[in-house]
Amino acid sequence: MTVHQITAAGLRLAYGDRVVVDDLTTTIPAGQVTTIIGPNGCGKSTFLRAIARLLKPKAGEVLLDGKAITSMRTRDVARVLGMLPQSPTAPEGLTVADLVAKGRHPHQSWLRQWSRDDEAEVDVALRLTGMQALAGRPVDELSGGQRQRAWISMALAQETDVLLLDEPTTYLDLAHQVEVLDLVDKLHADLGRTIVMVLHDLNLAARYSDHLIVMRDGKVVTSGPPADVIDAELLRDVFGLESQVLVDPVSHQPLIIPVGTRRAADPEGDVPAGADGRVRLEKASAR
Amino acid sequence: MTALVTGRPRFGRGPLTMVWRPRLVAANVVLAAVVLVLFCLNVGRGDYPISVGGVLEVLAGGGTDVEYFIVWDLRMPRSLVGVIVGLGLGISGAITQSITRNPLASPDILGITAGASAGAVVVIIFGAPTLLGVTLGVPAAALLGGLLTAAAIYVLAWRRGVEGFRLILIGIAVNSILGALTTWMLVVGEIWDVQKATVWLNGSLHGREWSHVWPAAIAVGVVGVVALASSFPLSALRLGEDTARALGVRVQLSQAVLLIASVLLAAMCVTAAGPIGFVAFVAPQLTVRLVGTAGPPMLASGLMGAALVVGSDYVARVILPIELPVGIVTTAIGGPFLMYLIIRTNRRLAR
Repeated sequence: MTVHQITAAGLRLAYGDRVVVDDLTTTIPAGQVTTIIGPNGCGKSTFLRAIARLLKPKAGEVLLDGKAITSMRTRDVARVLGMLPQSPTAPEGLTVADLVAKGRHPHQSWLRQWSRDDEAEVDVALRLTGMQALAGRPVDELSGGQRQRAWISMALAQETDVLLLDEPTTYLDLAHQVEVLDLVDKLHADLGRTIVMVLHDLNLAARYSDHLIVMRDGKVVTSGPPADVIDAELLRDVFGLESQVLVDPVSHQPLIIPVGTRRAADPEGDVPAGADGRVRLEKASAR
Repeated sequence: MTALVTGRPRFGRGPLTMVWRPRLVAANVVLAAVVLVLFCLNVGRGDYPISVGGVLEVLAGGGTDVEYFIVWDLRMPRSLVGVIVGLGLGISGAITQSITRNPLASPDILGITAGASAGAVVVIIFGAPTLLGVTLGVPAAALLGGLLTAAAIYVLAWRRGVEGFRLILIGIAVNSILGALTTWMLVVGEIWDVQKATVWLNGSLHGREWSHVWPAAIAVGVVGVVALASSFPLSALRLGEDTARALGVRVQLSQAVLLIASVLLAAMCVTAAGPIGFVAFVAPQLTVRLVGTAGPPMLASGLMGAALVVGSDYVARVILPIELPVGIVTTAIGGPFLMYLIIRTNRRLAR
């Protein structure tokens, strides 16, 4: 698989007259997992859509190997970039196998709708995502985590060097979020795919990314490896969040502990672990 | 045939490869056979009855001279128009329902059929207008009405792409407005014209001749082939616009070609036989349930439409005590089916 270079140069993105991203310039490191983070409405999903060519820039360009992506043929782009939109929906009754097979669309034609290559790639994609046993089931009958794996499997069957994922963990419980991100990491580590995703959970973003792009108000604030980028000061500036940043004992990446205005333990008093909350709860129920 | 991927055995002959779907193939064969039998039944029925076998024999070149005359010259056009119109309506509905991902989005519910009807009724009631030196007949007016309505709905529903639900709401509104317009014309028109318009508005195969068959056959044939040829991106379009574009589909272009084909088919069918209600809506949905695919397959939906129209015509002429226009029978089937679908959709959303 060839390595492709994605660059955004002076990107200006807008919905109608409302400018969401302005003068954005950044580079996506090839062969790595990049995550775009930022507060709600900062333009991170919009930026991802522009990379996927789902949104035409008002100014500037997304460059794929130095070539403007808007000047390329839709089909050629689809052989290099795979995109999983936010919470996609499959038509009722569509089986997992049929969904994953749709990933072969950019490699197919009216005459060549199901070649040996298609068959083999779909089989591989189903195996990698652990969806083989569920291949005959309708997508709408699966659980949230399984459904997301089916869609990732489809993007995988597309055989693209770059995979763009817009909030792949939305609506999933923590265990399934980790499962999906483990899968994403496997695709990157085993198959060498370049991954660009948007995530809301900062701790998961810090753990699963090689490179973070931090956005605020449609601009890139900073970017780099999680350990270099994430600290209490950045979180205060960008998210308006007071926090303590520790080292995650599992991954040795930054671990963010948010500090709100309430429910913080008195730093002076010595409180046995876990007791404080429980006592308060008992008092509340006695009232 | 063994399948590497569950449910998707491979079929290949030279450069042609596709998924082998026995149920879809069987459905097409069975539907085609049903259409043929209903066609023969309908042709055989009349003051001089001919059996299904007899009709088949005449079609194959046998039979007496009288039978030949009755089948070919007198009765065939009626049933043939029924088959053509059914095919066109079925394919038209399959396209709109697939693109909008909504079973309610068919030309009859979106108001395209109503637009074609209004166009025709204008000409019947107020006489043929002359545009740029060309006199506009009923067929041309119906076609124009259908196309103008489709354009209006598209413009009104357009907001960074066509979104299914918005399209349907606007279509239903446009449908009502055009219905009111048609009713108004029926109220103000001369009684003789109104009667002619009313029969036409119910969708009738009565009195069809070979001069009706040829234009309809050529139109539905050409547009139908264009639609089938551009059907390849349709399965990707069913996954939503973003996903389809990410899969390399030129969404706007594919949607435009398919939607225009669908509107042309629906308008041409109205031109040939009046608005035969609910066929475009029901046929694809029945086909989906028969074949078990995620979206309505185009050809099978067309065959289902043909079976519905010819079958309804037979019912309208034979089983009911008085001969009724075919559109009344199809509407009697379609109305309850619409209610069933709405109730079912509501239940699914409530879950």
